[in-house]
Amino acid sequence: MAENGMDHGSEKKYGQFHRRVFESNAALFAVAATVAILIGGIVEIIPMFTPAGTEHSEAITPYTPLEVAGRDIYVSEGCYLCHSQWVRPMRAEILRYGPWSRAWEYQYDRPFQLGSRRIGPDLHRVGNKYPDAWHYEHMRDPRSTTPGSVMPPYPWLLDDRIDPEDVRASVIALRKTGTPYTDEDVAGVEESLAEQGAAIVARLATAGIETTPDRSIVALIAYLQRLGVEGRAELEAQGVEY
Amino acid sequence: MSAATAAPGRIVVDYDDDIVRKFFLATVIWGVVGMLVGVIIALQLAWWPANLGLPWTTFGRLRPLHTNAVIFAFAGNICFTGIYHSMQRLLKTRMWSDTLSKIHFWGWQLIIVSAAITYPLGITQSREYAELIWPIDVAVTLIWVVFAINFFGTLAIRKVKHIYVAIWFYMSFVITIAVLHIVNNLAMPATFLRSYPIYSGMTDALVQWWYGHNAVGFFLTTPFLGLMYYYLPKAADRPIYSYRLSIIHFWGLIFLYIWAGPHHLLYSGLPDWAQTLGMVFSIMLLAPSWGGMLNGLLTLKGAWHKLRTDPILKFMVVGVTFYGMSTFEGPMMSIRSVNGLAHFTNWVVGHVHSGALGWNGMLTFAVLYWLLPRLWNREVAYPKMVTQHFWLATIGIVIYTVAMWAAGLMEGLQWRAVNDAGQLANPIFIDIVHRLEPFYWLRLLGGTLYFLGAVMMLINVFKTIRGPERVAAAAPATAPAS
Ligand code: HEM
Ligand code: HEM
Repeated sequence: MAENGMDHGSEKKYGQFHRRVFESNAALFAVAATVAILIGGIVEIIPMFTPAGTEHSEAITPYTPLEVAGRDIYVSEGCYLCHSQWVRPMRAEILRYGPWSRAWEYQYDRPFQLGSRRIGPDLHRVGNKYPDAWHYEHMRDPRSTTPGSVMPPYPWLLDDRIDPEDVRASVIALRKTGTPYTDEDVAGVEESLAEQGAAIVARLATAGIETTPDRSIVALIAYLQRLGVEGRAELEAQGVEY
Repeated sequence: MSAATAAPGRIVVDYDDDIVRKFFLATVIWGVVGMLVGVIIALQLAWWPANLGLPWTTFGRLRPLHTNAVIFAFAGNICFTGIYHSMQRLLKTRMWSDTLSKIHFWGWQLIIVSAAITYPLGITQSREYAELIWPIDVAVTLIWVVFAINFFGTLAIRKVKHIYVAIWFYMSFVITIAVLHIVNNLAMPATFLRSYPIYSGMTDALVQWWYGHNAVGFFLTTPFLGLMYYYLPKAADRPIYSYRLSIIHFWGLIFLYIWAGPHHLLYSGLPDWAQTLGMVFSIMLLAPSWGGMLNGLLTLKGAWHKLRTDPILKFMVVGVTFYGMSTFEGPMMSIRSVNGLAHFTNWVVGHVHSGALGWNGMLTFAVLYWLLPRLWNREVAYPKMVTQHFWLATIGIVIYTVAMWAAGLMEGLQWRAVNDAGQLANPIFIDIVHRLEPFYWLRLLGGTLYFLGAVMMLINVFKTIRGPERVAAAAPATAPAS
């Protein structure tokens, strides 16, 4: 109070109450402030853990080991800073990208990658939109497929390799968080990587591209090519109009 | 009640100003670094070759470096500077523990350095504003606990019974950031560098935006209001306009802020009731936000003439005014239909920087310039440069935000335009990207001006602290305890 300019000025009645009860008791003030900031979060977040909170669908399968590796690359490069994965229920968005994104389509997404910017287009329905070779060329040099693109090139993804043990560690951790991987899934990480990788390598070979199944680019293509595919199929099976 | 007379019975306390000087310099240096990275990523959007073809310098890796450096290093360090300086004086006591103060300082700077190393290497959680990997998150938690112990320890040994309003805001900062950080970062480690959140999908999105919006609320707003409540009356030499208003808007603000997170997830798969709560509470948030702005501006009642000559007050007034602007714009953008247009566009970037450059940046500069001569007991080396900095920064903000608002509106409208035949009027996405290019160059210009202002401040600070000390007699005996 003796501080210059630090005077509260005239005190009205309830100001006196506030001063007596809170402003002279730091512990009480801290407790009251904590209660005030907890309420909103509790009301909004707790219901998300009840069955009514989030939607679940059998139509969406967990990411395969190769897709997990590809998603880790997507996360590591910060792709979400330019690309959303979130088609909103609006006419123009549905025309441009496809069916709007449902909550259950994200059920195995850790971390979520909805994004908040669209410096580039949305990617939630990019799966099966282009051939594998398009993605390969696009990541090598975005302007080779999209003239005038402002996206940086990612040539190192063509050389970098993924480590099966690293992918296994991810699958194990994801399983602990609740993703329904089985013991066989964990044991079979290596075969699964090789098998799905070989299929992509074969498709790339038909376009004259030579690579090996353990390259980062192959994993990234695996991830991108599944985005939104199962969700769209399920919506079509249900005959939902969008 | 007039301020100048409140001197009798002055207690002599040996304040720890060394820690304040440390945080002060960290603010100045990290501010320049963070803004430089901002200028670089602004250039990358206007001219892609600036990504340099290297993994470490792509936009996706540098953008988190920018946001973290300006929020946690620049804004964070000024909050600590102000808290360590003003809290000791308001409570008439030295900090509870010098050791904890030092651990806090060095720990926090180490965390920032580790962020600056991991992000360019692509080691990140990619959850916006919570990108730090789990071992660094653990370090943040520990350092925050150290800070909290020191903070509440100092309150416990205070020599003044009454706790001034600035400290209420600091307290909400200390408590809420702890809660947000811990709950949001609960994760299952896979390796030392990688983990997966315990939440998935829309739940993860909700938790993360509950955190993200309240990082705005409790990192970029409440501690800054605390700074405003201490340094604005100091600089203007006037008591706070309304004590009652400060009580109402404090409790209103901290209670309402927490609910507003879902305005980042409008038109998403989040349940409708949660989206509606987010929108309604965001609109209500206008009231306590403007309560703070009005209390700040009206404190200048009768001191407006000082604005003409005092660049510190200029910074403060523009800062508080931008606070009012961005907290008007924010609630508007939380209205579902408005958000439908603004979301994903550069409009949001304009909103962010009117708050960040206008409110956080300008208030930070004011506090730094106010503290500079007092902490080092030296005259500011280039007093005119302070005013020049003010004008560079102000013009920079205006160019930056106007360019982004225009760009955002344009792209938002072009994305959604549908012709009479029911087809997209602009079906080729990249065409719209190209139309943004001039706006990106303009933003780069505005950002560069703002950055140059910060560089001028850096020069001024280092020149000042190398200069000669004031002679003892020159310090007026009636000066506020500063
Ligand atoms: C020299 C000044 C600055 C420049 C040139 C600059 C530039 C940028 C650029 C280019 C982006 C990316 C925008 C995009 O995604 O399209 C950005 C994002 C951001 N900047 Fe700055 N910035 C500056 C200063 C600051 C300061 C001082 C702060 C905070 C105190 C700040 C906070 C942020 C935040 C929070 C974002 C993320 C915005 C979002 O996700 O929508 N910036 N900045
Ligand atoms: C009453 C106060 C405010 C409200 C209701 C509000 C609301 C909003 C809304 C609706 C968005 C856009 C979300 C989206 O569509 O993606 C947003 C973004 C943002 N606002 Fe505010 N705002 C407020 C004040 C501020 C202030 C003072 C700052 C300060 C610096 C700020 C910083 C940000 C940031 C950093 C983002 C970008 C988040 C992202 O990365 O997407 N806001 N805000």
